[in-house]
Parts: sequence; C-alpha cells; structure tokens
Amino acid sequence: MPSLGADMDAGTLVEWRRHPGERVARGDIIAVVETQKGAIEIEVFQDGVIETIEVPVGQKVPVGTVLARIRGAEELAAAPTPPSRPLPTPGETPEIPPAVTAERARISPRARRRAESLGVDLAAIAGTGPGGAVSFEDVERAARARSPAADMRKAIAAAMSRSKREIPHYYLEASYDVSALLDWVAERNAGRAPPERLLAMAPLLKVVALALRQMPVLNGFWRDGAFLPSDEIHLGVAISLRGGGLVAPALHHPDRMDAEQLMRNLSDLVARARRGGLRSSELSDSTATVTSLGESIADTIFPVIYPPQVAIVGMGGIVQRAWVVDGRIEPRQVLRISLAADHRASNGIQGARFLEIMGRLLQEPGKL
Amino acid sequence: MNDDRLIAVVRRALESVAPELAGVAIEPSQTFRDQFEIDSMDFLNFIIALHQQTGLDIPEADYPQLTTLEGCLGYLRPRLASGGTA
Repeated sequence: MPSLGADMDAGTLVEWRRHPGERVARGDIIAVVETQKGAIEIEVFQDGVIETIEVPVGQKVPVGTVLARIRGAEELAAAPTPPSRPLPTPGETPEIPPAVTAERARISPRARRRAESLGVDLAAIAGTGPGGAVSFEDVERAARARSPAADMRKAIAAAMSRSKREIPHYYLEASYDVSALLDWVAERNAGRAPPERLLAMAPLLKVVALALRQMPVLNGFWRDGAFLPSDEIHLGVAISLRGGGLVAPALHHPDRMDAEQLMRNLSDLVARARRGGLRSSELSDSTATVTSLGESIADTIFPVIYPPQVAIVGMGGIVQRAWVVDGRIEPRQVLRISLAADHRASNGIQGARFLEIMGRLLQEPGKL
Repeated sequence: MNDDRLIAVVRRALESVAPELAGVAIEPSQTFRDQFEIDSMDFLNFIIALHQQTGLDIPEADYPQLTTLEGCLGYLRPRLASGGTA
C-alpha cells in the first residue's frame, strides 16, 4: 500500500485490475484503493509478471503493506514499490514493515459481501454481534454514517496541522502586471474553437515551473532533518471540489510542456480530481504546490505548505489596477503572487529571487 | 428554438460540468459561479459543452454575457432562431 500523501496511514483495496500471471509494465494501473481522497488508481512501479495477490478486495491495510508480488526481469520484488522518491512517513506515524497484514475483522460472509458492495471499511466498524462480530446491520449502519466529505476534511486537517506544527513558514508576495500574458492568451484563443482554448492558468503554471527550475532550493522535500532537492518538477495543483473538498494532485513535468499540452493535462487532472480516477503517483510525488483563488475578492492567499514539500505558491484574483508605466499611470491587469516557503530549506532572499524570476518570465509569454 | 428548449440546452451544458446540479433550480439572474461554485475551468467546460450542442463559436469576448441563465437565453435566442444545429 503506497503512501498517497503525508496524511495517509491506510487504504482499502476495492478492485484488482490485473491478476496473477499477467505481465505488467511500469505505469500500468493494477488496482484501485479507497482512501480519504476518494478512489485512487494504483500504478505499478516496475515491469514484470504478477505472481501473487496478497490483499483481497475489501480489506483495509496500513501503508507499507505488500499488495501483490511481481517477478521482475532480474528478481522477485514486492510491488507496487513506493514512488521513486517516497514521501517520508510523518513523525507521529511509525513506519510499518511491509509484511504486516491487517487483522481480519470477525464478520459473516453475508455482511462481508454487503460491505464490499457498499465500499464500507470493515476495519472501522465496531461489531455488535456475538463476540464483537460485525453483522449485516452493522455494515448498513456504517454505510449510512459514512461521509466522504468528513473523511477528506480529516485528511486536510492532519496535513495542515502537521505543516503548521513542524514547518517554519516565511511569506513573500509580489504584484505583477500580467497584461502581456493575458493579451497573449486572448490573441491565441481568438481564432480557436472553445475546446482548443487556453486558460491563463496554463502559462502561469509553466512560469512557476520554470522559476522553480532556476531556484531548486524551493523544489523538493524536507526529509529526516535535511532538504532533499528534486531533479524533476511535479507541481501539485490545489483543486477545490464542490461540497468543500480539496485535493492537490501533481501535474507532472510542467516545465517540459508547451502551453497547449499543459492545458490538456491540467484539464484532465481537474476532471479526474472531481470525478474520481486520480493515480497514485499524482498523489505522492508533487515537489511543490500551486494554489489559486481564481476570480475572487481576495487579492492574496498566504498558503500553508503541504509537507514534506518546502514551498507553495499562491495566486490571488487578477484585477485591473492603476500601474505606473514609464512614469505614467495606466490601467493594467494585476496579479499578486505569494510564496510560502520552509525556512529550514531556504532563506527569504532566495524566495525573493524566485519571485523576481517569475516577474521576468511573465513579461515574455511568447517564449513560454 | 423556444425558451424551454434553450433552457434545456443550458442545463445540459451545466450538468455536464457539475452532474450534481441535475434537478436543482437555477436562479435566472444570479451568476452560475455564485450559485454553484463554478470556477474558471468549469466555465470553460460549460462553454465547450454549449459550443458542442449548438455549433456556435462563442468567442471569449462574449463570455460575460453567458454567466447567468438569463444572459445565456438572451445570447442564444437570436443566434439559434433559425439555423442552429441543435
């Protein structure tokens, strides 16, 4: 069971997509796991052949539990292995050795089938039957009481509390004239049908990614008392879900994409965040995060870092303001961008440099 | 196209973005954003859905007219009066 974020300690296996004897390749989706962030597709991290499946459908197991064994080209290894840069286990959660399996709840076959069909977590039910056994009625009651929104709220609470407890944030903010960028987007969109149009967010994310590339001390993880920079850039994009949920899946390699590709991938990511179908890698390998208020009365957001990352970029609403250009006051489209960074990993001067780099990139949207 | 059919077109587009809005009443003069937590990505998808149903190009400059149900009807009525593809 891979860790899909600092706030996750267990997951429930809800579906096996691949079966023993089948050949799998790195990146294939082999299972679906129910977590506090909804149903997540689990990708395999190596090529090989599935030997055995170790966790049956319906069972909740701790992070670190072996889900299946895959015979690779050279050796027999446990899989899915954690992502190439696994998230550190939160301080308060002890690391769980991979061989541990959850204790099976005492439950009647009828109740178990009902729980599976309703997607109810058996491990969380206090049975009222003989000897604490979980009855059919217990499952029904648990299904009625279950609330995905409440689960997600708990996950957010855990991650954000840990962040504010452990991370000494510092905050910087700068105002940018983004008229050139918006003009470029409008010009580009003018001749295109709606499905081919860009949102300003696509080039803005690219700007953040390129600036991170030049300021690597903001891109990576704080782990075991030291900063671990990441060679790759995966931007977590905070996506609010109707009904109060919030999830920040990773947009992979935005620094390597043009605005079109970035827009397609962003659109797909938002759709899957809202509909279900995020992948395990998207929940575990963000190297920095961006949060945007969109159209909002709030000029600025002072965001909270998602551990173990070391920086988060916040964007307010874009508004027309008086701006001084060559000694004259002109109306311009102004965006305030804030940075919250981990003072253990970087200093304010580096954060300020990052904001400067973004300012330069924003003036030349055609080069994005 | 009469208003009932136009409303159905707008509803279908809105529900393709936010399926949970099926059957929910729409306040005609209030923006979709204020009523239904529609963000910029949702709004673009709404425009895409309208485009796909009606064949209209809907340039970005027209977006402000399409933020409410009333606005959508005012925008679509003359454009779909005779030759719309829907």
